[in-house]
Amino acid sequence: MLRLPAFEFRPVRSVEDAAALLSEYGSDALPVAGGTDLYANMKLGLFTPRVVVGLRSIAELRRMHFDPAHGLRLGALCSLDSIARDPAVLLHYPALATAAAMVGTPEIRSMGTIGGNLCLETRCTYYNQSADWRKALGYCLKRDGDLCRVALHSPTCKAINASDTAPVMQAYDARISLVGPHGARVVAARDFFSNDGAHATVRQSDEILAEIALPPPPRGARSSYRKLRLRNAFDFPLLGVAVAVATNEAGACTQARVLLGAVGSAPIEVEGAGALLLGSHFAAATLADAAEEVFRAGKPLENANASLLYRKRMLRVLAQRALEDVAAPLR
Amino acid sequence: MGNNGARSTEGRVVGAALPRIDGYAKVTGAALFADDMAFPRMLFGRLLRSPHAHARILSIDYEKALRLPGVVAIATGRDLPVRYGILPSTQDETVFAIEKVRYVGEPVAGIVAEDERTAQRAAALIEVRYEALPSVMSIDDALRDLTENGEKIHPESRKSNNVHKDVHLTFGDIEAGFADADRVFDDEYFFEGNTHAALEEHSAVAICGADGKLTLWSSTQTPHYLHRVAAAVLEMPASRIRIIAPPIGGGFGGKTEPVAHELAAAYFARATGRPVKFTLTREEIFYTHRGRHPVRIHLQTGVKNDGTITACRLQTWLDGGAFGSYGVATTYYTGALLPVTYKMGAYAFDGCRVYTNKPPCGPKRGHGTTQPRYAFESQLDDIANALGLDAGAYRAAIAVVPYSRTINHLRVTSCGIREALSAVAERTDYGAKHGKLAPGRGIGLAASAYLCGAGLPIYWNPMPHSGAVVKVDRGGGVTVFCGTSDCGQGSQNMLAAIVAETLGVDILDVSVCAGDTDLTPVDLGSYSSRVTFMAGNAARSAALEVRERIAAAAAAELGIAPERCAFASGRIFDRDEPDRALAFVDAARAAEARCGTLVGVGSYTPPADLHGDFKGSGVGPSPAYSYSACVAEVEVDFETGEVRVDRIVLAHDCGRALNPSIVEGQIEGSAYMGMGEALMEESAFRDDLHRIPNLLDYKTPTMLDTPSIEAIVIETEELEGPYGAKEAGEGPLNPVIPAIANAVADAIGARIFATPIVPERVLQALDGTTGPLRLRAPVAARTA
Repeated sequence: MLRLPAFEFRPVRSVEDAAALLSEYGSDALPVAGGTDLYANMKLGLFTPRVVVGLRSIAELRRMHFDPAHGLRLGALCSLDSIARDPAVLLHYPALATAAAMVGTPEIRSMGTIGGNLCLETRCTYYNQSADWRKALGYCLKRDGDLCRVALHSPTCKAINASDTAPVMQAYDARISLVGPHGARVVAARDFFSNDGAHATVRQSDEILAEIALPPPPRGARSSYRKLRLRNAFDFPLLGVAVAVATNEAGACTQARVLLGAVGSAPIEVEGAGALLLGSHFAAATLADAAEEVFRAGKPLENANASLLYRKRMLRVLAQRALEDVAAPLR
Repeated sequence: MGNNGARSTEGRVVGAALPRIDGYAKVTGAALFADDMAFPRMLFGRLLRSPHAHARILSIDYEKALRLPGVVAIATGRDLPVRYGILPSTQDETVFAIEKVRYVGEPVAGIVAEDERTAQRAAALIEVRYEALPSVMSIDDALRDLTENGEKIHPESRKSNNVHKDVHLTFGDIEAGFADADRVFDDEYFFEGNTHAALEEHSAVAICGADGKLTLWSSTQTPHYLHRVAAAVLEMPASRIRIIAPPIGGGFGGKTEPVAHELAAAYFARATGRPVKFTLTREEIFYTHRGRHPVRIHLQTGVKNDGTITACRLQTWLDGGAFGSYGVATTYYTGALLPVTYKMGAYAFDGCRVYTNKPPCGPKRGHGTTQPRYAFESQLDDIANALGLDAGAYRAAIAVVPYSRTINHLRVTSCGIREALSAVAERTDYGAKHGKLAPGRGIGLAASAYLCGAGLPIYWNPMPHSGAVVKVDRGGGVTVFCGTSDCGQGSQNMLAAIVAETLGVDILDVSVCAGDTDLTPVDLGSYSSRVTFMAGNAARSAALEVRERIAAAAAAELGIAPERCAFASGRIFDRDEPDRALAFVDAARAAEARCGTLVGVGSYTPPADLHGDFKGSGVGPSPAYSYSACVAEVEVDFETGEVRVDRIVLAHDCGRALNPSIVEGQIEGSAYMGMGEALMEESAFRDDLHRIPNLLDYKTPTMLDTPSIEAIVIETEELEGPYGAKEAGEGPLNPVIPAIANAVADAIGARIFATPIVPERVLQALDGTTGPLRLRAPVAARTA
């Protein structure tokens, strides 16, 4: 069995304490919640923090609250499993419930948190490997090397944001609260993910992701998340498509967001697809055109467990299906 | 079934679905596997592995590593120079690489330290200078002419280029057979390599006593072969080495030959005088490998219009990886068993195994027969379709018959292939569904045969293949001693059941002492599905010897003739007057008083007439063959290419089922493993590196991917098997892969000539292209 490298574990009971510790130790410290991502990466030698700040005992970050006027507030420590089962989430934010339910395995969903899933380290077939494997490769841009193995001339890392919930959060226009040693700030989901494989998010090293706020569901809200994977559990997405729309009394689309997960280093909003849907009545031709937009917008690379040609081709199929999901009940 | 109270009153063990004797320990975690063992002052080992696929070692400097506090010893190739290999003909490995490395992950040095982390840190401090050599990563590469430039992976090999072994066999008049055919089917297939993915990571623990005696516990399926190789490599008498096989968490062939970490553990225990443990990481297991060979297959079959096979020519090219392993046997096995299933007028087989710079391939469940079986059963389906025959009835019509000889001179005894074929066809209504389901839905059928133990040992010798001792205690307890290794298949339970049945005692009154070279007679090991047949026969002989003595003593006590003594329910009684009885324990005491210590010995050697008289006839013969048939039903998504298996019905002729629930377990496990090989598992490489050496990226099916599996036990009476038994551990796997392939062909109306049948391949087949995936939208008419 691979062993974890040695580290000092420092559990905390408040966000302030966590931020203070992270600030004190700087790049020597990392926060951990469920540990399903961090510890696996530490075993591979991808992170070697001297101090790991344990967030699990911060009771206030476990809250989940919905009211129709203000929407959904999710403490960052809510488990993926609890979100996938929550009646309000299932009713008002079904794509989030779907995405959370599709993460990993029951064990991972039980330990893994929503905050952790949003902060998921970017992934790449050249990166998520043991220290010995990466040494044999000669390392890569994301860790210890100076060459991106996926795109040899790329100045930036092309690792994939493989979070299932990230594109969904962006489709719902979520707001993310970060708390650091000097106070809190709120960032829109679309600004939270940095499109750089080296740094998954804009979270500073001494900040804690504390809470996610989702706006109340608009009138006639519909949403869907579709995931491409090679087996029905224990798989990161090869591709994810999240769609959230709203409709007026006449059934016309008043709001539409189409997001792609696991294609780039951040979720990608396909604005062209959303624009096509706006004002439409979700006719088959409109959906096909929107799917075509998705197909054009997504540019997968050769860095997942299926070829880029397959993932490219599946963009249209998955988009078409996600769009059908939201359109079908309206027809 | 399996009610503890009922068993002793029934007095019948064989044929009853009793719980396994080791079941509770396994499910509660009480069973102690090799890695569970710990000793005071134990050291932890780590192997430094090669980062190059093919390179010359220029120098190794481990001074810095040795100075790291906590590091106790370091060894390299020069410390253990003796070459070894599981087959006497291929002694091509050393514990640590000498002069050259031949694959990424090959052990170059070993370190033992006070703890695992220190050993790991020390490994990183060892400085090895390499001179990289061109790597050979495919069959085509390996066959390329090296006379101009380039260096062989094994320069000492007498074969040309990177060929390890080539085989050419012909039976009957092959040209006349093809001339006689109405039609000839000619296809090429590729079966991708894959690995065993046993749950337990290989582990070995060694201690060297003050008397200089070495004891090695290892998760090995073959303690006897490890014993021989350890003696050779450590250059010490085998009499001073004791190998113990603890319970093993799955092997599937991946633990059937001595590998570096076991020998390193033994070496360091002797060198340091302290207990030493080596446990591999999952990634290291992908490098240790010995898994399924990738095989390219060229298959030509000539048939009459009624389907009679007039001639069959099979060519196989095996990608062997960097070392020989069982490869010579594997090469023969790709050809040996095709004729065991169906009659053919003539048969020609050419096999060629090449060395490449990848982890060594070896035996995996179905050893070498799985790949050509996939091809043959695929082609037979195409033949049946082309000739307008029902695939099940067609196979039954050309199947071999019981008590016959195959075209390659193999002796067939009991044979339940027809029963298996009709069982799966009837259960699924195959005839009514095949070719008639909605687009995207398909049903496929296939059959196969497998060995019940290799007819010859790995090293030539005239001794038995298995031996057993049965000892009866004065308290009525019975112990059976046998060199078997239980890799999870249930060999412990099998030995207890056979002895309990023979002596008429409760199975829980039988203790099993197995897999210990100091205490148990030799059994060659858990490979080639040999244990039930061979060790079972040895245990039965040993128990019968004891039974005879107890019967004589009991008969004297009861005042009857010994032939009238019956053994059941812990009693010995008069067959004609069951009330005249003696408790087993009393009879055993009387027997000990009469004849002294109550021990029986038994051994098993396969009959000598199993095979023909030609070079290469040693691989393929078996005292009996098991037969299987499978039907799979699938659903294919025309847009994504995803295949969902809805149902697998798998029938297996195991002779007599000694324990039906264990047989069903083996059938279900085979269905699961076969499905993984058919649809997702692959040893994938990118440049010189294994691309996915972990169980997240190397895909095996999860519970959510696994359909309903219906196991059907077909019982035939095998006259030479213990209580009529044959095997169930490997045979049922073989038909699953072609059954799924045939179901996919039925669903999409096109044949995919390679495994695994991943979504991309399905889309290529639907597109009618084998080139790069086209990016266009799927054909509308085909969309379900």
